[in-house]
This record gives sequence, C-alpha cells and structure tokens, in this order.
Amino acid sequence: MAIEAVINHSHWSPLLGRLGLDALPQEPIVMATFVVVALGGMAVVGALTYFKLWGYLWKEWFTSVDHKKIGIMYMVLGLIMFLRGFSDAIMMRIQQAIAFNGSEGYLTAHHYDQVFTAHGVIMIFFVAMPFVTGLMNYVVPLQIGARDVSFPFLNNFSFWMTTAGAVLVMMSLFIGEFAQTGWLAYPPLSNLSYSPWVGVDYYIWALQIAGVGTLLSGVNLIATIVKMRAPGMTMMRMPIFTWTALCTNVLIVAAFPVLTAVMTMLTADRYLGFNFFTNDFGGNPMMYVNLIWIWGHPEVYILILPLFGVFSEVTATFSGKRLFGYSSMVYATLVITILSYLVWLHHFFTMGSGASVNSFFGITTMVISIPTGAKLFNWLFTMYRGRIRFELPMMWTVAFMLTFTVGGMTGVLLAVPPADFVLHNSLFLIAHFHNVIIGGVLFGIFAAINYWWPKAFGFKLNEFWGKVSFWLWVPGFWVAFTPLYVLGLMGVTRRMRVFDDPSLQIWFVIAGIGAAMIAGGIGAMLVQFAVSVWKREALRDETGDPWDGRTLEWSTSSPPPEYNFAFTPIVHDIDAYEDMKRCGVTRPVEGFLPIHMPKGTGTGVVLAGLSTVMGFAMIWYIWWLAAIAFVGIIGYAIAHTFNYKRDYYIPAESVAETEAARTRQLAAAGA
Amino acid sequence: MHSSDSRLNPSGRSSALRRSRIARLAGTLGLVAALSGCNTVVLNPAGDVARQQGDLVIVATLLMLLIVIPVMAAVVIFAWRYRASNKVAKYEPHWDHSTQLELLIWAAPLLIIICLGAVTWVSTHLLDPYRTIGRIDRATPVSANVKPLEVEVVALDWKWLFIYPEQGIATVNELVVPIGRPLQFRITASSVMNSFYVPAMAGQIYAMPGMETRLHAVMNQPVQSMGFSANYSGAGFSKMRFPMRSVPQGDFSQWVSAVKAGGDKNAGNLDRAAYLALEKPSEGVPPTRYAAVDPALYGAIVDMCVEPGKMCNSEMMAIDARGGLGKAGIRNVAMLTYDKNGRSTARQENATPDAAVRRELAWVRALCAQMSGTVRDGSVKAPDDLRSLSGAGIDAPKSIGLTLRDDKASQRTAPVSLISRN
Repeated sequence: MAIEAVINHSHWSPLLGRLGLDALPQEPIVMATFVVVALGGMAVVGALTYFKLWGYLWKEWFTSVDHKKIGIMYMVLGLIMFLRGFSDAIMMRIQQAIAFNGSEGYLTAHHYDQVFTAHGVIMIFFVAMPFVTGLMNYVVPLQIGARDVSFPFLNNFSFWMTTAGAVLVMMSLFIGEFAQTGWLAYPPLSNLSYSPWVGVDYYIWALQIAGVGTLLSGVNLIATIVKMRAPGMTMMRMPIFTWTALCTNVLIVAAFPVLTAVMTMLTADRYLGFNFFTNDFGGNPMMYVNLIWIWGHPEVYILILPLFGVFSEVTATFSGKRLFGYSSMVYATLVITILSYLVWLHHFFTMGSGASVNSFFGITTMVISIPTGAKLFNWLFTMYRGRIRFELPMMWTVAFMLTFTVGGMTGVLLAVPPADFVLHNSLFLIAHFHNVIIGGVLFGIFAAINYWWPKAFGFKLNEFWGKVSFWLWVPGFWVAFTPLYVLGLMGVTRRMRVFDDPSLQIWFVIAGIGAAMIAGGIGAMLVQFAVSVWKREALRDETGDPWDGRTLEWSTSSPPPEYNFAFTPIVHDIDAYEDMKRCGVTRPVEGFLPIHMPKGTGTGVVLAGLSTVMGFAMIWYIWWLAAIAFVGIIGYAIAHTFNYKRDYYIPAESVAETEAARTRQLAAAGA
Repeated sequence: MHSSDSRLNPSGRSSALRRSRIARLAGTLGLVAALSGCNTVVLNPAGDVARQQGDLVIVATLLMLLIVIPVMAAVVIFAWRYRASNKVAKYEPHWDHSTQLELLIWAAPLLIIICLGAVTWVSTHLLDPYRTIGRIDRATPVSANVKPLEVEVVALDWKWLFIYPEQGIATVNELVVPIGRPLQFRITASSVMNSFYVPAMAGQIYAMPGMETRLHAVMNQPVQSMGFSANYSGAGFSKMRFPMRSVPQGDFSQWVSAVKAGGDKNAGNLDRAAYLALEKPSEGVPPTRYAAVDPALYGAIVDMCVEPGKMCNSEMMAIDARGGLGKAGIRNVAMLTYDKNGRSTARQENATPDAAVRRELAWVRALCAQMSGTVRDGSVKAPDDLRSLSGAGIDAPKSIGLTLRDDKASQRTAPVSLISRN
C-alpha cells in the first residue's frame, strides 16, 4: 500500500515542482491537527495584531542582538518544539499500547514511521539544542562579566537559522511528508530509490539550515569565552558552566561540519545522481553510518556537558559551599570532550567490525565513565558538609544524580560489544538513552530554568506548581521507561508499529501511563509559568541575587540592564561574586561612562526567511524559486555589509539613571 | 551440572568462570526475580552463544552495581544529612579540596573499568560473531570433524529468505535448525539495511546489500521462538518476523525431506526468476518452502547480479582492479544499475538484455571469469581451547580479508576484491 502511495507522487511541473494537491494532509489525524494548528495560529496572529504587538516584537525581540533576548527566544523555540516532540511521543505510546492481537493500531506505517523519525529529529535538533544554546547565550556573557557576545549580529542570525530549520520540520507535517527513516536517516533507506518523495529532503534541508545556525553560534561563544572574560578571570577561574559551555562549543565547531558534509553527500546522492551511499557503483552505506556517528556521538556530549555545568553551579549555590574539586571538574570535562571523539563505533558494533575494533571502541566508551563518575563524586562531596536548601533547582539536581547514574550504568553495559549484540536497537537501548537525555539534559534544563528565571525576568517561579511538575515528571519518567528496559530484555526491538505477542501489552500500557504522568508534569510546568507571570509581584526579586549566588550574573540586577554591567567587574576568585560579597565590595554609584553597544538589525530574519524559501524550493524541486532565494541570500548578505549603522552609545546620564533606580530598589529591598 | 567443566580447563578452573557462576546466581536472585513473570529471553535463551551474552549482561551489571549502589546511597544520605534544616550537621563552606578523596573518586571508577575492560576484551573476541564456535555448551567442545550447518540468510523487503545449501532447499519466514550442531549463517540483504536477530539463539548482526556478514551459533534445546529484523527497514518492518524452531537432528532430517517432497506450503523451485518475483516488496508473508534452490543464487544475490542483464559487482571490481576501462566503461553503467531511480525501473532495464548487452557481458565475463557470484569466507576460527578465557592464546586480530593469508587459502584463487588496486 505504501509503495503505491509513493509512486503516485511522481509528477513534476516547472512552476510548482513536485508540489501538488497530493501534498496536502491525507490522514484524518493530520488533517485535524492541521485545522487546530491553523485556528490556533490565526488566533495568535489575530491577538498580536489586536494588541498591536507586532512592532514591539519586531523591534525589541526579532531584530534584537542582545544575547539575553536571543537566549530567551531560543528557550521559547525549544519549549514550543518540545510540545510538538512530546505529542509525537504520546502518539507512539498510544499506538504501541493498542496494536496487539491483530489490531493495526490507529496509525498507518506511513504515518507512524514519520512520527518516530520526527520525534527523534525534533527532540535532538530543535528541543535539546535550542535549550542548550539558549542557556549558554543567556548565561555565559553574564558569568564572564561581558556586555554581549563577540559577534552580536551573528548571534541573531544563528537563532533565526535554527528557527528556519524548525519551521521546515513543522511545514512537513502539513505539506508533503517527513522522512520515514529513523532520526539518522541511514541509507540505502534514505536514498532516492527507497525514499523517493519529499520526506528525506525535508530532513536534509532542515538540518542543513539549522546546522548553519548551530555552527556559527558555536564559533561566537568560543570567541566570547576566549576573548571577553572580565579582567582577572583566568581560565582556571572561569565558572564551571562557562567551562562546560566552552567545551561544548569546541565540540560543536569540530563536529557539526561532519554533519554538514555527510548531509551534503546524501544531497548529492539524492539530487545529482552521485553514489556515495547507494547500493550502486561502489557506493557504501556503511560510510554514512560511520560519518553520521562521528558527528552523532560528540553531539550527545554537546547536549549533556552544559547541563553538567548547570548542576555544578546549582549544587554549589544551594549547598552554600564552594564546588568540591574545581580543577578535577575542569579536567574531567576536558577528558570527556576529547574522548567523545573516540567512541562513535559503539553505535554499530553489529555492523561486522572485527573483535579488536569492537573491543577498542567498547573500552574507550567505558573510559568516559571515569571522568563522568568523578564529576558525580564532585557534586556528592560538594553536598557533603554543606547546608543544602532544597529549592526547585536543587531538587532537579538530586533527581538527576539518581536517574543519570542508572542511565550511565546501562550505557556502560551497552558498551560491552557482546552485550550490545543482544540489546542493540532494542527498547533497552531506548530506555538507556532516554534515561540519560531526560534524566541528564532535560532535568538539567528544568533546574536551569528554575535557577535563572528570576535573573531573566526579575521574579521567581511559583514553587507549588514547580513541585507538582517535579513529582509528576520524575516518577513519571521511571514509570514510562522502566517497562522499556524490561521489554528490551524480552527481546523487543525499537520502531515497531504492531506486535504479535500479547504478553508484551501490559508493559506498553504501563509505559503509556508513565507518558501520561509526564504529560501532567509538562502541563504543571506550563501552569507554573503562567501562575508565576500572573503573581509576579508577589514573587519579585529586588536584590538580583535571590539564591545567594556565587557567580557574576547574580551581581547585576534582575533582569539585568541592556549593558549587563555598568562597570566591568574585576575577578579575584573562582566564585567571583561570593568573593565580592565576602570582601564587602560595594557597588559603584557614580562616575558612569557612555557604553558602546551593538544595534539591532532585521538582516538575520530576512536571511533566515530566504533560507527557508530556498530549502522549501529545493525540497519540492521548484528550481526557479530556489535560484531566486539563493541569489537573494547572497545579495542581501552583501548589502548588509554596507550597513554602517551597527552601534550606538548609551549616554552616561541614562546609565546613571538606570543605576540610580537600582540603588533605590536595593535600598527598598533592604540589601 | 557443571561437574565436567574441568575438562575444558586443564590448567585449573579459571576464577573468571567461578565468578561468573556466582554472578549468575546473584543475578538470578536479583534481576530475574525482579522480572519474574515475564519471558526475558535475552537473559534466559536456549542457545549457548546467547546464553553467554546474557550472562555477560548480568556480570557487567553486577560489576557496575559495586560502585553505583554506594554512590546512589551516598546521594540520598548526604542530601538528607546536610539539609539546611539540620543544624547539627557540620558546615564547612570553604572546604573544597582533598587529595585523598580526589584520588579515590578517580581510582574507584578506574578499577571497575579495568575489570570490565578485561572482561570486554576477552568476551568480544570469544563471542565475535565471525568466529566459529568452540563449544556446544559449557561441557561439550566442538569436535574437529563436525561440519557446521550452513544457512544463507537474505533480508528481503519485508521477509526473510533462508537457503540451506547442503540440503538444497530454501524457506521464506521459517527457520528450522537442528540442536547440538554448530550453525553458520551467511547474511546479506537485497535492498536496505536490516539486522538478523534471533534472541533465543545469538546476538544480532546487520544484513546489508552487496555485502555479507557472518554469525555462528548453536541451539541447545528444542524451542519454538521468533526471529526478526532489529534494524528499521521501511514500511513493512514491523511484520518482518519469522518463527524459529530448533529440533533434534532426526526431526530436522525429516523436516528437510518433507520440504523436498513438496506439500502444502511448497512453492516449488527457487531459481533466479522465482527469486526476482519473491524479492518484490511484500508484508506479512506466511512461511513458504522451496523444494530445490539454484546453488549459485546466494552468491549472485551478494554480488547483486541475479537479474540476467546485470553485471556482477565482482566483475566491476575486476575491471577496476585492472585499471578500469576509462571512458569506454560508460557502456557498463546500464548493466551495473541496481536500484538507481527505483528498483522496478532498474529491474525492467536488466530483465531483458538486448544482444549488445549480452555481447558486452560475455566479453566482461571472459575477461574476469574466475570469481563472479562467489563470496569469500570471512570466518575466524574458534580458539583451540578455552583457556583463552583467561586471555591466553587469543589469535592476533584478523580482519576479514587477512584470513586468506593462511596456507590452505593461498592455493585458492584470490577473490577479485583482494587483488591489489594500488
């Protein structure tokens, strides 16, 4: 059935390429979603127009080059895409819970296979990556005492390119189809012969365009961390989060070009008749598998390292204590950074490498657990002889320590090649990587959101709803994924749509209940945000330092002024702000100078918009449009170089005014 | 039940074995008790290879629990003891370094990983799917004169083809093997990547078009179980499952005779034309049997030249090995096309070669006739005795191609793909 559906899509016209009426939603579920999304979208657009918010959004947010605003926009993007990715997860859980005893469930193969592919792609590229990049964007300049990143316009451009990729993925839901290949699109399945329509093309162009953003933001943050630290902040005095951000961005800059290259080769296979990864003419799909994992394994460390940094900051702050073993923490991070390039083959022990190759990569993988274990011990001994305040960020951190340890253990287990032969591609593997990605990355994001929210918006998050969310999320995670560990040991493989063994059903039902609990946790989190905004006056943080923080971002107001610091702070210790508080450094209240700041520009939005058009045109083979969009991108980028109005000065008086207001605020708060 | 073990370990039972038994006992108590009531085939399989792999899962888990349990306990204890409301607990806000502790926190995981690394190195070599098995079960080594049962496995869209070359029969979606006899699987695929996995028998290995992977295993008990593809391969993937039966040798011979005699599920003779019809995508295919099979078929599948007008990969490689044809080679492109622009198109082009193509093919085959349609043997020999469990006497690593350097093999014609291509 699926085969005929594919062959039907073979028409092409010069004007519209492959685009035709058959690209519109065919399946009732997608049609209903389309209607809901269309209505919701119109409501949002209508509301923005009614309240005349477009100008505000455009001027204050979309075109802003302020790293804080860009950071927040990344977080919003991550949150929206998280809701999409999670709906995919719920759809899978329902399908797998009911497709027994001859039932086909409620999803066709064509639909289900897109759902699990989209879930993986979205959660990694458009949820975890924006969250992580957003955090680094917001926090790093504040932590190092800088006024912005090194290349503020590039930062805005990076964000919009990432968004452009996300837009293409979302378009695939309603126009055409998404890939049905699994999230890494292994050939030959992803070659033209076996995926002839637009799904894989959406995948390729979304990743390529978003990849530009990720790579440039990596360059930007490395330059920022290396060049823009406050005086006195030597490398070994950098906050741990900044350290992990540095390592992550080094990984990004080294790994993402590999993804770009491998996607380019797949594009050449699909568009130009090349044979890098085809069955024909000496093409070799195994090469793709190697290349994509040479990017893919560092990618998981790109995601987790910054959150290790978050946990370090949170543990030290809420234990009221210096981080235990700062230097060993730094070296552990560096060791992980390097080792993450030496383990990629553990993703395909079963491809038939010799025993020695497999053992080598198995053992290097295990070796990574040593620095990771050292980190865990460091957090443990930071808590030791501390005064631990169990605020929400700390609760998430403890939940992380307990959850991640189990995930790490099953990961090392999978690194033993003969054990991997029986567990590879099984639901045990699925449980493992959700255990580390949810238990590590996502819990870390939640800790970070609760931790830095007061800094970003000037009021704390509601604690009650935060706890509801926590107590639904953490047990919900275990209810959802423990059954998958069991199913893996029962020999159940991943990406299955229907089952013939009725004894498995109960486990999928339990997993579904867990997913429902997680849904409750997400709901509670949204309620938490809403309630906090609603009651923001009661939750207001006047001091700028609600948690008795230790690093520089807590020394400025909440939210920080556009220029972050009126005077660049001078750093004498690892925990710079804790050191200032201890030594009684007072805030300067006079002698302000004009501050040199970058100016906002709409170029990022325009270039990313043109990239979206070009990607869309390439996907649908609308060559004329792709050509126009490409010329447009180049032309606009060149034109932008002639824009000389890129900076301005905040006059000393207005700085003095802002700082005076803060002085009054601090006095009122009694600080 | 392990009384005869010492035969295998003339130099005294290695402590690794003893540990693994204790480990299994503890594992049985711990893991299996927790999972009682469900059929965890991975930890409790009927084949010796899978059995050893399952044991390894338990051993490795227990090794890691040595450190994971204390750490998790410490997290809970510290979190409770040093809570802010507990004013009696010591508070040292500036204590952030201790060389002894640092040594401990790096050394403890290191020691565990050294143990686990050793286990990994040895077990990965012993359980290498390319290595012929050295034992039928814990007590019985494979005697030198036993010939393994060969099964050629082809992953098709979306069903499994099994060819029994010794018996001259083939089946689709039905695997029957005798117990107590070493099994040697040669595995390939027709179109996309799959993974051949029978959890009750042995771990999985990918099935890939134009290539061959190997798997060695043995079944120890008569069971009825399932095998499937463990690597997503497209729309019909979920139903790409087949029943696997292991039966006593006598029953196996009977089954073979029954297949040869024909009968209800019988589809006749599996020749190239029948294969090309079978190869077309289909889902949920019921078990089918073929009373006879073209002996050259499997080789042609791996060589991607089952279709009459298709040039074999090995032929292409032979031409390239001799320096290629330069511009003239463009004449071969059509004959080489396998799935470019969709299999059906390519199949049509190759189905009825015209006179020119036939001449061309004849010329190519005359040029490099020695190898078309044969597959080199990528197996690694099992260790002669199991003392290598302790790490002693494991062969130097041999990648697939190097096997042919041994004396016997050098008398054979070298396969084209091994001819130097500078």
